[in-house]
Amino acid sequence: MEKMEFAFDAGQPASGRTVAGVVASGDLEVLLEPGQPGRTTVAVQTSVDGYGATWTSLLERVLGPGSLPAARIEINDNGATPGVVRMRIEQAFEEAAQESNAGGNTP
Amino acid sequence: MSTHIEQLLQRDSFIERGARSRARALLDAGTMRELAGPFERLHSPWLALQQLVTSADDGVVVAKGLLDGHPTVVLAIEGAYQGGSMGEIGCAKIAGSLELAARDNRRGIPTRAVILFETGGVRLQEANLGLAGIAEIQAAVVDLRRYQPVIGVSAGTVGCYGGMSIVAGLCSYLVLTREARLGLNGPLVIEQEAGVAEFDAKKRALIWGLTGGEQRAATGLADACVQDDTLEVKATVARLFAQGLPKQHRSERADDFLARLARVDTAEQPAPEDVRNIYQQGDA
Repeated sequence: MEKMEFAFDAGQPASGRTVAGVVASGDLEVLLEPGQPGRTTVAVQTSVDGYGATWTSLLERVLGPGSLPAARIEINDNGATPGVVRMRIEQAFEEAAQESNAGGNTP
Repeated sequence: MSTHIEQLLQRDSFIERGARSRARALLDAGTMRELAGPFERLHSPWLALQQLVTSADDGVVVAKGLLDGHPTVVLAIEGAYQGGSMGEIGCAKIAGSLELAARDNRRGIPTRAVILFETGGVRLQEANLGLAGIAEIQAAVVDLRRYQPVIGVSAGTVGCYGGMSIVAGLCSYLVLTREARLGLNGPLVIEQEAGVAEFDAKKRALIWGLTGGEQRAATGLADACVQDDTLEVKATVARLFAQGLPKQHRSERADDFLARLARVDTAEQPAPEDVRNIYQQGDA
């Protein structure tokens, strides 16, 4: 198991919080909460060691442009492929936006 | 045939839902409130020490809300996380919720509980703490069922095994699908401990024939075998709640079941039909 932390520029804080995915084999859990304005932090916990470079480039590709809302993201990964990781992160941003529209609680 | 496929395609699968989604689907729309949820970050303190990735809810979802208009807490185990294994935190979430539901009842609030079993039993990495936690769950079920029915559901595909199968046995009512399996020891464990001649864990027909949802319902160890259909699961749970407490809980009829077991000829491996015949003969 390996732990990593990242930080990126971002927009205004995300308007809701949500959890997407499950720590199942080949899957991951993304917890997304509003972050400090202009800054997104990501804490990764992954079952697969030695893929730091892949995580760096993947997160850089998704969050690097800085156009997404600012969020505090926790990722608990059980060997998901980069494609699955990306989809889960995007799902979390989408659901967090819907959460705030619905004014509901965590899913 | 084509209408059958049509029905399958339109069915809202319960099995394909994760624990959180199952809990939400059982409760009346818009009433679910998650307690001790992932943002409380109640990670297992033991898994990380063993280099295993933790889940922010420890694989158990506690959902409070209304079911058919009545206050209900749904306790859903996530079978995809560590095989639905029960560690210290997950057990504490379930036991604590059941204890609070019983306290509600003593204070005049008729809170009921549904447990969604998708579990291999105790989490081996947390050993004694998991076992102690399961014992607390069992005590809490027995306490709460004095006031309100406690309903267990296992939809599959993990099924319900180990100490948690005893919890299932303590429930007032148990609902299974054909895909679910219920047993104290899993097929692989039996094969490992008693040999392949005793139980061949590769024979899927044998496993489901003896321990599957259909067989468990036919032998009186479950109260309903339902389709993998969210609406049907919810309707069945609501119907069983409406029946109120059973005259006698299944676990209070242990002697009847033991008498049936005593009539099984263990010299040969019984076929699923043999077991049904014995169980359906009634009490000796």
